Amino acid sequence: MPKVRIVFDRVRVEEKMLEQKAIELGHDTKMIDAKTTQINTESKKNNFDFGDVVIERCVSYFRGLHFTACLEFLDVPVINKFEVANNCGNKMLTSLLLRKHNVPTPKTYFSFSSDAALETLDKEGYPLVIKPITGSWGRGVMALKDRDTADAIVEVRELSDGPLDRIYYLQEMVRRPPRDIRAITVGEQVIAAMYRTSTDSFKTNIALGAEPIACEITKELDDVCVKASKAVGGGILGIDVMEDEKHGLVVHEINNTVEFKGLAKVAKRNIPKEMIEYAIASAIR
Amino acid sequence: MNCPECDAKIKIPDDASVGEIISCPDCGADFEIASKNSGVCELKHAEKVGEDWGE
Repeated sequence: MPKVRIVFDRVRVEEKMLEQKAIELGHDTKMIDAKTTQINTESKKNNFDFGDVVIERCVSYFRGLHFTACLEFLDVPVINKFEVANNCGNKMLTSLLLRKHNVPTPKTYFSFSSDAALETLDKEGYPLVIKPITGSWGRGVMALKDRDTADAIVEVRELSDGPLDRIYYLQEMVRRPPRDIRAITVGEQVIAAMYRTSTDSFKTNIALGAEPIACEITKELDDVCVKASKAVGGGILGIDVMEDEKHGLVVHEINNTVEFKGLAKVAKRNIPKEMIEYAIASAIR
Repeated sequence: MNCPECDAKIKIPDDASVGEIISCPDCGADFEIASKNSGVCELKHAEKVGEDWGE
């Protein structure tokens, strides 16, 4: 009987769904709180009960990333791998990998000082979308529609002066319907997809109230998502796709600890079941 | 059990698990279930939402 462990720092609906499904499938299942787990350089795998495979589900990106590094140090199979988490948690790395692997993605500009960022905006023209290098749920994502707005945002960044605030990620504003597509890939398969529609903002995050509507997994969507998943290293991922009026489907973000409570409402396949079966199969391989 | 902040009654669902967040209906404070033994829960203040929280 495979032993499945789910590492969490806050139990959301998704973690409960995963735990419940793993139990239903007859697996020896335990939840492990990352916040109370102690690991050191002398630790050995058999000091812990990390089972046959760990599904890392921390809501805090950096906590999950570093916990994953420790698990890999202990030779514990973990989904997703450190490299994948690192690639997806940093929007600049994601964009570079997507482009490098010829996955359609919006044109994105990287500047390494506020002056250079303003120069890019003046040269390329408004609007461009500014996004923090790390972050989720649409936080800090803004359309810079004119120089005044850009000046204000740059000033705020300079005052907050976080280490990543000096790296400016500016993306073309894609002309598209007022929605995007969230697809979940498990290994090399797209198992579910939904439209996320927003009526009062250009942001379409479910966390901000966007409505989930079932989306057919066309061959084009399947191809672009599988290619995107491979570009960042594969695993269990949430691929965000926009329908660009000029270029067709473009991938703009990839999520490492994908939330799926919205998608589970409209998906035909059982998302937690697919995730658990994939995790176990990956560990046995 | 009672809210550690304002002493109001907090009802914890039977199927709530360790790591889940419970909010006090009176003062709105959020607590994490730190442990659960024989139906008795221990609560601790929940972490604030961090800049790196999300997917």
